[in-house]
Amino acid sequence: MKIKDQTVILDDLDLRILKSLQENSKQTYTEIGHSIGVAHSTVYDRIGKMEEQGIIKKYTALLDLDKAGLKNVTAIMTIFTDPKESENVAERLSELKEVLEVMTSLSEELLIIAKVIAKNQDDLHSFIAKSVAPLPGVLRIRTSIVTRKYKEDGMNHFLISKQD
Amino acid sequence: MRDSRASRILRKLPREKAFYFFTSIGNYTGEKAASLKEFVEKTREVNVQSLEFHLHRGDFERWTAETLEDNKLADQIGRLKRLGTSGESLRDQLHLIASKRYEEQKADYSV
Repeated sequence: MKIKDQTVILDDLDLRILKSLQENSKQTYTEIGHSIGVAHSTVYDRIGKMEEQGIIKKYTALLDLDKAGLKNVTAIMTIFTDPKESENVAERLSELKEVLEVMTSLSEELLIIAKVIAKNQDDLHSFIAKSVAPLPGVLRIRTSIVTRKYKEDGMNHFLISKQD
Repeated sequence: MRDSRASRILRKLPREKAFYFFTSIGNYTGEKAASLKEFVEKTREVNVQSLEFHLHRGDFERWTAETLEDNKLADQIGRLKRLGTSGESLRDQLHLIASKRYEEQKADYSV
């Protein structure tokens, strides 16, 4: 890894370590080193630097809530906002525990797209009515409730392997 | 002397206590009412689907009773729900009930 003009540049070894970690973040440094053909101390050193630089944000568990018996409703909210308030709305949404992801998008107008989770449809509605609609700058909201998930990975092997 | 109960019912609410009109779960129309006066106006303007959605869920009853603290209006709206009123008839009756109640409170307040 190199840092040039405050920009981090990852080399091929960093990318291979990231790919290996994304496949299984519970592997030991030795296991990762073995799989990509370098010493565990090198893996330790590279991972430490990527954590320091915030490239590796955190290690987490990807749950199957249905199998865990945790009933839930996932929804995608499209929020139309006053352009002057969009950033504030996005930041406020990001602070709410029910909101899993927040993105902005520019199509015909500036939109905020957010993924939200709740125990059931009543809780979902109550959350949107009490915590999202009253945010200053929110003009209207369209919500689509997810009925079936075909893929939920959260990993980006594709981008990592496309870098070279 | 001004009626304190009427002044409470007629007060302007902060934005987090306002009534937000949705047409279905999570679909906010952009219309809100932060007082009984605004609520009366909105019953004329919002999509009738929104009125049906909230009446059926009991949202109007809850908001008028718990937030506006007007149990009489909440009871009258509850009656509309039990009668299964819908469509433009719902709009007309809801508007009539709410505007009548607003005028009553305004009269009490200015006595």
